[in-house]
Amino acid sequence: MNRFTFASVTDISTAIAELDEHDTPKYIAGGTNLLDLMKVNVEKPDHLIDISNLAFNQLEELPDGGLRLGALITNAETAWNKQVKTRYPLLSKAILSGASAQLRNMATNGGNLLQRTRCYYFYDTATPCNKREPGSGCSAIKGYNRIHAILGASEDCIATHPSDMCVALAALDAVVNVTGRDGDRSIPFANFHRLPGDRPDLDNTLGAGEIITSVDLPPNNFAQHFEYLKVRDRASYAFALVSVAVALEMDGNIMTKARIALGGVAHKPWRNTEAENLLTNQVAVMENFKKVADAITKDALGYGDNSFKIELAKRAVIRALMQAAGLEVQS
Amino acid sequence: MITTNYIGQPVNRVDGRAKVTGQAKYAAEFNVVSGITYGFVVSSPVTKGKITAVNTRQALSQKGVLQVFTHENVSGLAWFDRSYKDQDAPKDGSPFRPFQNNEIQFSLQPIALVVAETYELARYAASLIHFEYEVDDQLVVGLEQNLDKARKPKSYKVPVTKPRGDANEAFEQSAIKHHGDYYHGSEHHNPMEMHATTVIYGDDDKLTIYDKTQGVQNSQSYVKKIFGLSDDQARVISPFVGGAFGSGLRPQYQLFMAVLASLELKRSVKVVLTRQQMFSFGHRPATLQKVIIGASADGKLQSIINKAYTETSQFEEYTENIVNWSGYLYHCENVDFDHQIVSQDVYTPLDMRAPGGVTGVYAIECAVDETAYKAGIDPLEFRMMNYAEKDLNDDLPFSSRELMQCYLQGAERFGWRKRNPEVRSMREGHNLIGWGVATGAWEAQQMPVRAKAKLSADGKLTVSTATSDIGTGTYTSMTQVAAETLGLPIEDVLFKLGDSAMPLAPLQGGSWTAASVGSAVKLVCEDIRSKLFSMARKVDNSPFANADTDDVIFDSGKIISKSNPQVYLTVSEIMHQSGVNVIEEDTTSLPNMLKQKQYSRYTHSAVFVEVKVDEDLGTVHVTRVVSAVAGGRIINPKTARSQVLGGVVWGISQALQEDTILDNNIGRFMNHDLAEYHIPVNADIKDIEVIFVEEHDDIVNPLGVKGLGEIGIVGVAAAISNAVYHATGKRVRDLPIQLNKLM
Ligand SMILES: Cc1cc2nc3c(=O)[nH]c(=O)nc-3n(C[C@H](O)[C@H](O)[C@H](O)COP(=O)(O)OP(=O)(O)OC[C@H]3O[C@@H](n4cnc5c(N)ncnc54)[C@H](O)[C@@H]3O)c2cc1C
Ligand code: SF4
Repeated sequence: MNRFTFASVTDISTAIAELDEHDTPKYIAGGTNLLDLMKVNVEKPDHLIDISNLAFNQLEELPDGGLRLGALITNAETAWNKQVKTRYPLLSKAILSGASAQLRNMATNGGNLLQRTRCYYFYDTATPCNKREPGSGCSAIKGYNRIHAILGASEDCIATHPSDMCVALAALDAVVNVTGRDGDRSIPFANFHRLPGDRPDLDNTLGAGEIITSVDLPPNNFAQHFEYLKVRDRASYAFALVSVAVALEMDGNIMTKARIALGGVAHKPWRNTEAENLLTNQVAVMENFKKVADAITKDALGYGDNSFKIELAKRAVIRALMQAAGLEVQS
Repeated sequence: MITTNYIGQPVNRVDGRAKVTGQAKYAAEFNVVSGITYGFVVSSPVTKGKITAVNTRQALSQKGVLQVFTHENVSGLAWFDRSYKDQDAPKDGSPFRPFQNNEIQFSLQPIALVVAETYELARYAASLIHFEYEVDDQLVVGLEQNLDKARKPKSYKVPVTKPRGDANEAFEQSAIKHHGDYYHGSEHHNPMEMHATTVIYGDDDKLTIYDKTQGVQNSQSYVKKIFGLSDDQARVISPFVGGAFGSGLRPQYQLFMAVLASLELKRSVKVVLTRQQMFSFGHRPATLQKVIIGASADGKLQSIINKAYTETSQFEEYTENIVNWSGYLYHCENVDFDHQIVSQDVYTPLDMRAPGGVTGVYAIECAVDETAYKAGIDPLEFRMMNYAEKDLNDDLPFSSRELMQCYLQGAERFGWRKRNPEVRSMREGHNLIGWGVATGAWEAQQMPVRAKAKLSADGKLTVSTATSDIGTGTYTSMTQVAAETLGLPIEDVLFKLGDSAMPLAPLQGGSWTAASVGSAVKLVCEDIRSKLFSMARKVDNSPFANADTDDVIFDSGKIISKSNPQVYLTVSEIMHQSGVNVIEEDTTSLPNMLKQKQYSRYTHSAVFVEVKVDEDLGTVHVTRVVSAVAGGRIINPKTARSQVLGGVVWGISQALQEDTILDNNIGRFMNHDLAEYHIPVNADIKDIEVIFVEEHDDIVNPLGVKGLGEIGIVGVAAAISNAVYHATGKRVRDLPIQLNKLM
């Protein structure tokens, strides 16, 4: 870990102004990801700006009936919040399936969106990695890639985004609100994270120095029929090999709206709206779910150790849909 | 003469309070002097090659950085290999010597130590050292990829059992034939506490060394030999160990480095490894076993052949007892075993809980299960049908072997009778349910131990020996043995360990501590008892003047007449009246080799397991375990149960989760942290029941104790594999059984 200076700020303009006085400054919130990366010399900020005292620590009702989650609320507070639990149970369930109680107590919503991949090679500076050191090569493609992507990867990077929370946010069509030197903007969740392409060093579309201030959840009717299914190597405290967030609006046994997002399979939470639409106004039955599962994984590509994820993803999608539709008990 | 009955009681840990209140100090927590300095180890990013240049200028220019040690500036140390050999070093080969030369032999090899006034500074300066390498990319890594390089080692730690009968012929003649290749990869110990050494520097190079170790005297003799120190220049202390599981059986390089730096800088130095660096030394070796079994149509084992392949480093020949279990567990007249090693560009493997036993029993217990299915016989029934009445490997009778009771009592508790023999016959929603069983075994050994005891006139007893307590409960069980033997209230007994200045004790390993140290504690306390009794007979008006030891009992700090409990003398009375302040004894307890070598001595278990396997997703949950253990006399059922529980949990871990992944392209273990090196969390662990089967044994040692450190883990992975088969009809022969293998 390199030496760095540290400043704690209480207003956002100071936070942004701090940036200009340093070469490689970074914001820090819960620190649960950033500190780990600093300890292994993957992140080497010369200055840390502690933003955890900024005022973005509230849950607010939105005029359209949605809910605004402050970026600095912890994952635990968010998941256990009564409004979230009743109106967005999918989000609660996704958050609570992640990390451990201790981590969720520290981790913030903003930080969760910005956590970096768990690719082993990314964490180990002894190995080439395009995400960490552009142009150095990707060790995972020909190396050990059990936890890597099967969708939307590139020859430069096959890493996945590890978050559970973000998979639910993707399914819920959340909007990320940010503030930067040039003012405020709102980014639809689907456009927030990116695919690696030839710039795997960029995880998302956040501009330099921009701060996430909140995440908006639009109103929906998904609270009755939802599921977050996380498949992993142990029962808790492990990242998803594959996870599936499903949200359905149902009229009897007809699905009037369906959203499906996958985690653990791509550089970003994976949505395929075309495939989802196959379910619109269809009967909730296994055959229809199978069709969607096939459609979602149609272009999936395995790299050896992770090839099983293609079949796993299909089965997980079907299972999650069955459970969300109430055809099977929730796990 | 045993009356107070501490032995066999579930006494709470005597060190429990110290541990949960943070008063128990571990190697890195001895901040006993100001001005202590901190060492940070730099690990090689290269797996094989040479360091061609080192530039430490930038690191050294940081204010507060005291020195950077590398192969370029470390010299003048002991030259011969024997100086670097510790008590657990493989017999053949040259132990790794940090900073010996510019050669790199394994990934994460320590190549520099930075010493600075603070830990943070040392860690930062470590990132400023610039190395240049000549990389050798002709790597030999991956056991299965390099079987063509397999060879016999110069010697085995435990010789491979000689063939008996004609295994090949018997196999040919067998009605039922099975072969299977059983494999697991490398696994790392990963104790909670990272390896650490704190050296407190005293005048004239007198060092007090707090080391994480399973043997203070092993660490002491290692540094004495290498650095030319005398006993009192190198006192090694280790009162508490935050888990070790074998990782502390050999001195690890942080010890070498802390001592080196302390002597060079004449300062106190602390070196703590990082979690990543915990993957840079010994591990359970990747092992492949090719097992062939022949049985008669009525299910009698006719032939067992096992050829094992294990990895070792390029510089030492590590072996463990893997194949012999195949010939020990059951009655089989025809066996043939072989064990070969493959030298690879990795660090030397190292004993890890039940080394060899876990691995060897896994393979034979899966193979026997498969054979039972082929014979159409219930797997438990099959094991009982082939029960060994004597140890055919060594042609010896058993000192005791209540394994049959383990089967029977375990089966009863588990409800095995209700098992449907068909595979895939039990289900609950998506979950297929399976029941499996396996046998476990581990050696019951006794080592020579010396112990000292001191009884003072206030009735307080101190007993000491240089053993360790790696969490097993040694402090507690030894306190019980002493209190029991001398009939003292347990609060009046203090058992001390973990100081090289204490009487000689072996490494804590092999499950022999309770048996060996316990025997020494008993013996030395008996000596005190004799002395005390003869003093009691001589005090004025002694009620025991004409008494014999058989006429009295020692209880609650008194010697009491058996015939009339109203007649007694307290310890204090006896000592005061005799004008004696302390009674001191110092004794060595030696195993009765003459008697012991006429018997085969083992601990046994039967493990019953229920699994639920998600048919679509492949996830496995172990919902129920019954482990029935025959381990001789149980000194403390509470700590004993904890040992077995821990073993079972680790067995679940080995069966389903644990695997250190070697990237064969670069020869580096990649999941080197606890986020990606999976071990069970609470949510993975459901019901575990431990049964101790009654077993009497007066051959293993005077206490009749067999030791429980390892038995809990042995057999668990096999029982789970067998249960998974029963659930799914799929045989997975490589561990861990991750979900993709069952989808
Ligand atoms: C062992 C382990 C297991 C885990 N398991 C899971 C899991 O199963 N599922 C899961 O989803 N997650 C898991 N996590 C990840 C955890 O959820 C994240 O570490 C956490 O959400 C990050 O939040 P933080 O506030 O601590 O971020 P920090 O570490 O403080 O910051 C992370 C990054 O975000 C930036 N940042 C933070 N807040 C803002 C903001 N408001 N605006 C702009 N930039 C910001 C920082 O500069 C930094 O680059 C695990 C983590 C660990 C260590
Ligand atoms: S997958 Fe991406 S993060 Fe992993 S090594 Fe390749 S480039 Fe780096």
